[in-house]
Amino acid sequence: MGNVLLQYSTVLVLAIFVGIEVVAKIPAILHTPLMSGSNAIHGVILVGSMLILGNATTNLEEVLGFLAVILGTLNVVGGFVVTDRMLEMFKPKKTVAKAKTEEVAQ
Amino acid sequence: MSRATLIDLLYLFSATTFLLALKGLGSPKRARVGNFTAAFGMLVAVVATFFKQTDGHNLRHIPLMILGMAIGFIIAVPAARFVKMTAMPQLVAIFNGVGGGAAALVSLTEFIHIKSTHPATYVTLEVLLGVLIGTFSFSGSAIAYIKLQELITGRPITYPGQQIINALFGVASLVLIITILVNGSEGLLWILLVLAFILGAAFVLPIGGADVPVLISLLNSFTGLAVAASGFTLGSNLLIVAGTLVGASGIFLTRLMSKAMGRSLSNVLFSAFGSVVTASGGEGGADARPVRSGTPEDIGVLLGIASSVVIIPGYGLAVAQGQHVLRELGELLEAKGIEVSYAIHPVAGRMPGHMNVLLAEANVPYEQLKEMDEANSELTTADVALVVGANDTVNPAASDDKTSPIYGMPIIHADLAENVVFLKRSMRPGFAGIENELLYNPKTTLVFGDAKDTLTKMVAAVKAN
Repeated sequence: MGNVLLQYSTVLVLAIFVGIEVVAKIPAILHTPLMSGSNAIHGVILVGSMLILGNATTNLEEVLGFLAVILGTLNVVGGFVVTDRMLEMFKPKKTVAKAKTEEVAQ
Repeated sequence: MSRATLIDLLYLFSATTFLLALKGLGSPKRARVGNFTAAFGMLVAVVATFFKQTDGHNLRHIPLMILGMAIGFIIAVPAARFVKMTAMPQLVAIFNGVGGGAAALVSLTEFIHIKSTHPATYVTLEVLLGVLIGTFSFSGSAIAYIKLQELITGRPITYPGQQIINALFGVASLVLIITILVNGSEGLLWILLVLAFILGAAFVLPIGGADVPVLISLLNSFTGLAVAASGFTLGSNLLIVAGTLVGASGIFLTRLMSKAMGRSLSNVLFSAFGSVVTASGGEGGADARPVRSGTPEDIGVLLGIASSVVIIPGYGLAVAQGQHVLRELGELLEAKGIEVSYAIHPVAGRMPGHMNVLLAEANVPYEQLKEMDEANSELTTADVALVVGANDTVNPAASDDKTSPIYGMPIIHADLAENVVFLKRSMRPGFAGIENELLYNPKTTLVFGDAKDTLTKMVAAVKAN
């Protein structure tokens, strides 16, 4: 087993424990935004897609890489926007009411 | 400092923001900031990647890359912004699915690339796992989307020998993986891709609509793992950290969710829950058992003389788009000095927390939303329990009937209140497909019809009194 692989495995194992620890005690009402938020985070595959397309040497690789970039962008952008829209709803009541009156005033 | 080191440092920064975001998403106050933090971290990572060099040359196809991003952006933003809040779960499913698809493509392409440049290299396990899990997540999420969007029935789709066939598919994938590891065949990798696609769809088909949210959480976690696998293939710590964080927290979240439904994860995934409709009654009164039904006007009067009302909303409310009228009714009753609260079951709606979001959108005051335990103690003194579009979450069979498939699920005890009012479209059972005894309880009055229409009439009736 190479040194590099060992280093990656170390990162993997530590990240598993951190991941579990971080979400251990969240209230049920935030389960949906958390799911959606972590959905956006795995959109980091966009970085991988960029590297794939950027190193593509054949037509097939270019096509696959290009598709991967599109899909990855959908994941990142969609994920963050949906999560934000959900969390917008959790604003305290007063600010919502205020925002409404401001809208009416305009 | 070399360019490569700087980029790696920026990646480290991004990974940290992801971690902070997950932490922040666990508290209502910091959740939104957390999400912004992660989005910023993502932007940093993407921009840094443009400057990355491999083997001394810059990344090629930059214009193509930007074009791909623009296409993704143009599709994703309107979809995410303008889809109705009720359709949120399927939207999360589809954005998760495309992530899985991207991860599978990355692993696959990297494999082809390495094969063409260094033909003698051995295939390693992580490439195959990336393709397998990523594709599985892609097709599974697609089926979940189709189910939630009700393009096909939300009920479990089963056929004879289903579990055996699925198991055979699983074994075939395993054999294929071992074969590819030994002979490194590219052709077989494409077959694995197809197999994983079928496997993902076959896995999701027998899962009932009510359980799909738990499933989406699991598939979300799978995509995370696929991303981590491509991180190994590409040698990227950022992908490994982010993917694993999502993978591990996702599995944990999935378990929390199935626990909130009082069931084990394997029960959710493999029992084809809700495939048998046990109700004897079909549409409109074919049932022999007597029920008491009333008009919205009757209920308006009943509400007007109550001193406390607990509203128990369910997904049917959202389907009828009745949240705003319901809030109006609640305000009206409050103005008459009647105590109003909303009892929210943890799995009301299509996802945990979904109902809170929907009611918050309709400007229902946050302090009137009660979690299940608190609501149950309020119900013991309540005059009226108003059930709007909920069914399974108030089904007493969950606590009384050991043979019931939902036995053990914590419920809201609407039957504790002095009167129970049920707004229902018909006598058909709820999402889980189980008969509800509460409908036949002597305390219960049923009001048939579209929830929004009924609520509007009730508002008028309360105003008139």
